[in-house]
Amino acid sequence: MVQENGKATTLALKLRVWRQRRGQPGAFEEHALAAVPTSASFLEMMDMLNEQLIKQGKDTFAFDHDCREGICGMCSMTINGMPHGPLPGVTTCQLHMRNFRDGETITVEPWRARAFPVLKDLAVDRSAFDKVIQSGGFITVRTGSAPEANNIPVPKPVADEAMDAAECIGCGACVASCKNGSAMLFVGAKINHLNILPQGQAERDRRTLAMVKTMDEAGFGNCTNYGECQAHCPKSITLDVIAKLNRDYLRARVKEFFSSTGKPSKGGD
Amino acid sequence: MKLDSKIPAGPLADKWNNHKAKLRLVNPANRRKYHIIVVGSGLAGSAAAASFAEMGYEVSCFCYQDSPRRAHSIAAQGGINAAKNYQNDGDSVRRLFQDTIKGGDYRAREANVYRLAQVSANIIDQCVAQGVPFAREYGGLLANRSFGGAQVSRTFYARGQTGQQLLLGAYSALSRQIGLGAVKMYTRHEMLDLVLVDGKAKGIVTRDLVTGAVESWASDVVVVCTGGYGNVFYLSTNAQGCNVTATFRAHRRGAGFANPCYTQIHPTCIPVHGEDQSKLTLMSESLRNDGRVWVPKNAADCAKPAADIPEEARDYFLERKYPSYGNLAPRDIASRAAKEVCDEGRGVGQLVDGKRLGVYLDFSAAIKRLGEGEIRARYGNLFDMYENITGENAYKQPMRIFPAVHYTMGGLWVDYNLQSNIPGLFVGGEANFSDHGANRLGASALMQGLADGYFVLPYTVTDYLAGEKPGSRPSKDAPEFKAALKDVNDRVAKLLSINGTKSPRHYHKALGKITWEKCGMARDKAGLEGAIRDLQALRDDFWKNVKVVGSGDALAPELERAGRVADFLDFGIMMCLDALTREESCGGHFRTEHQDAGEAKRDDAQYAHAAVWQWTGDGQLPARHTEPLVYEETQLSTRSYK
Repeated sequence: MVQENGKATTLALKLRVWRQRRGQPGAFEEHALAAVPTSASFLEMMDMLNEQLIKQGKDTFAFDHDCREGICGMCSMTINGMPHGPLPGVTTCQLHMRNFRDGETITVEPWRARAFPVLKDLAVDRSAFDKVIQSGGFITVRTGSAPEANNIPVPKPVADEAMDAAECIGCGACVASCKNGSAMLFVGAKINHLNILPQGQAERDRRTLAMVKTMDEAGFGNCTNYGECQAHCPKSITLDVIAKLNRDYLRARVKEFFSSTGKPSKGGD
Repeated sequence: MKLDSKIPAGPLADKWNNHKAKLRLVNPANRRKYHIIVVGSGLAGSAAAASFAEMGYEVSCFCYQDSPRRAHSIAAQGGINAAKNYQNDGDSVRRLFQDTIKGGDYRAREANVYRLAQVSANIIDQCVAQGVPFAREYGGLLANRSFGGAQVSRTFYARGQTGQQLLLGAYSALSRQIGLGAVKMYTRHEMLDLVLVDGKAKGIVTRDLVTGAVESWASDVVVVCTGGYGNVFYLSTNAQGCNVTATFRAHRRGAGFANPCYTQIHPTCIPVHGEDQSKLTLMSESLRNDGRVWVPKNAADCAKPAADIPEEARDYFLERKYPSYGNLAPRDIASRAAKEVCDEGRGVGQLVDGKRLGVYLDFSAAIKRLGEGEIRARYGNLFDMYENITGENAYKQPMRIFPAVHYTMGGLWVDYNLQSNIPGLFVGGEANFSDHGANRLGASALMQGLADGYFVLPYTVTDYLAGEKPGSRPSKDAPEFKAALKDVNDRVAKLLSINGTKSPRHYHKALGKITWEKCGMARDKAGLEGAIRDLQALRDDFWKNVKVVGSGDALAPELERAGRVADFLDFGIMMCLDALTREESCGGHFRTEHQDAGEAKRDDAQYAHAAVWQWTGDGQLPARHTEPLVYEETQLSTRSYK
């Protein structure tokens, strides 16, 4: 057997994988998989399982994945109960099999959340996230109407803080890890990105109110400060963004309450 | 095939402005009567769809991912070029144009490239206004860096995730229009055919990947922004879903496919680790600023740990061959040099398929000079990523790298208006062929995608629509739509019914082996002829022996893969044929017969043209046409990096 850094390079695994058709109840299926290289990624291991199933004439497990380099946010597996698996700060596609033991049983499930219904097996519908963005996660700027870029100075610390929040890949691990199925980390990240930039001030209040309203309507739960989202976020987005979301939401509501029309302040800031 | 490039007359610098002034307009009240289909939601597709909707058109946008935010533009790391000259270092529109046309080894269309350089500055304005968090100086103004060997600092960046941030900007503009009801977004939908009525593109056929429903859509114009075809090599830095199907289906309906042999290989990727690998991961080229590339002088040393190979037994081959550029030699040259030493049996790393395909990228000299802390500050995230994937600590032992397919410059042929030879079919971004010639410069893919989407297509598509009567689009009940729908349904049924013994992935891997070995970094006549024969045999075998599990009425990843691989097989044959018939070396296309002691030898007298391929029918080779490249203001010269 070839060695990788002095360790055995293949594993024999027992896999418990979720099988479900849309709108029907699901169940675990058990499969044995031999000779999994430790250098393979978790999704490559799933590819091997699927190729084995094809040889046996069985249907493969559907799962979402695309870039396989940790940036598109499409991969979404709950591995041994943990969204994106046991390693901090990585997506499922960047998790490698050297992090597992020979003979181990691995449980693979889809994201579990009311707002993310299962489409098939391990693939879920995350369009609720898109709806939240559509309701306000933008700065209104028509193509062609932008001013010269350097007319809007952004202090470096502000740009850096916006970038920290903007790193969110929209994978949904925060929701899947939360007992309440809350999307506050996702929404907070976008609010933080746009609400602290000078370009984002004009729509600050209406953005915050609209995104929170859509979030609530989409069936996401409330934040009760478990902190699981932060622990499982592959981009290490922190709970600070939730605190700032709460602050901006309160601010916008207060301004709404005291405005004569009862509508969000027109002035923004 | 009629190939009229429609390049406007007049001096290069005035062409776009003069042309824009002549393009026809559509009355705002009439715009909502036109339906525009945009396929793909990457930089070009999202930007175009959002812009069309802002103008008042009715827009439908389709993507295969679960959200438009996931298109593969998101993975671009380095940055985006723009001729802002914020650094006062002598940059200008003309200089960006010259660099891009030279980088493309004089195989791009002059007028298109000039326009690209012109609108580059508007892109930065647009993105900043959207809230893209570009890197800043302490004074609050935008920062730049030098990238890809450019002599000026014109690259704007957002950490190592510029593509992500630009895409999220375009996605936010698109999302706003979806929220307003101006764009209907269809995610998890794959375009499987183009519908022509009276010779014009008037709609598409899609498959809903969740329900399996095959459906047709009628429109006044179709805009395809579906990216490149790098996955014809199986292993590449592309996302798993990237495919040629949308553009190839359009090709089968008559759209010319230009320069498919122009593919870009990136030198700094993590090497292949085994037979089950699905993806190659790119690491920023910036690593070559401080890393030294070497292999053992003796093949006998290749299995030893790097630390056991003494300095005098190491061959720093880039420094040896290209003393003035050394480890910073351009992408194509560095890639080929790495392949050569591995072909000589001096590669390092794991044995895969009996070969060691990797070279060392060694930071020990830089660590000694600058200290580990400084190297960590410069490249820490890349070293972490490397360790995560390979399990090796690159501070203690050299990294191993190998070239991988990264970008494809070829694509559907388009004229100056980005319209294909099919009226009403427009093509933007990596899916078209026009701006990068035979080789693309770093930080210019993002620039082109957004230029097409924000600042070119809104004008040229409007001009086309001004010639189409409002309300004249055909109904989905027209016989052309029914026929296309039947074709797609038949093909899906056929794939599901073959019930052979080999998986779609088996064929994809076999395809990739042939194309990578025979049509990869170095190509020759005998190899390409053999590859075409092998691919034809593989295609025949596919249609007899493929096994597609799953059902047609649910999420069926194997069915999706099978359809894409089937198109890649036909496409691969065309790509090899293009490489075979281009009897010169230029940019990413290196024919071993045409070289000057290892340097690419262009043949401007005979090959200063775009080769455009026409579909001639199943099982037949496509026909070759040409569009001569006319250089009005550029002096063609030879690239030298020695």
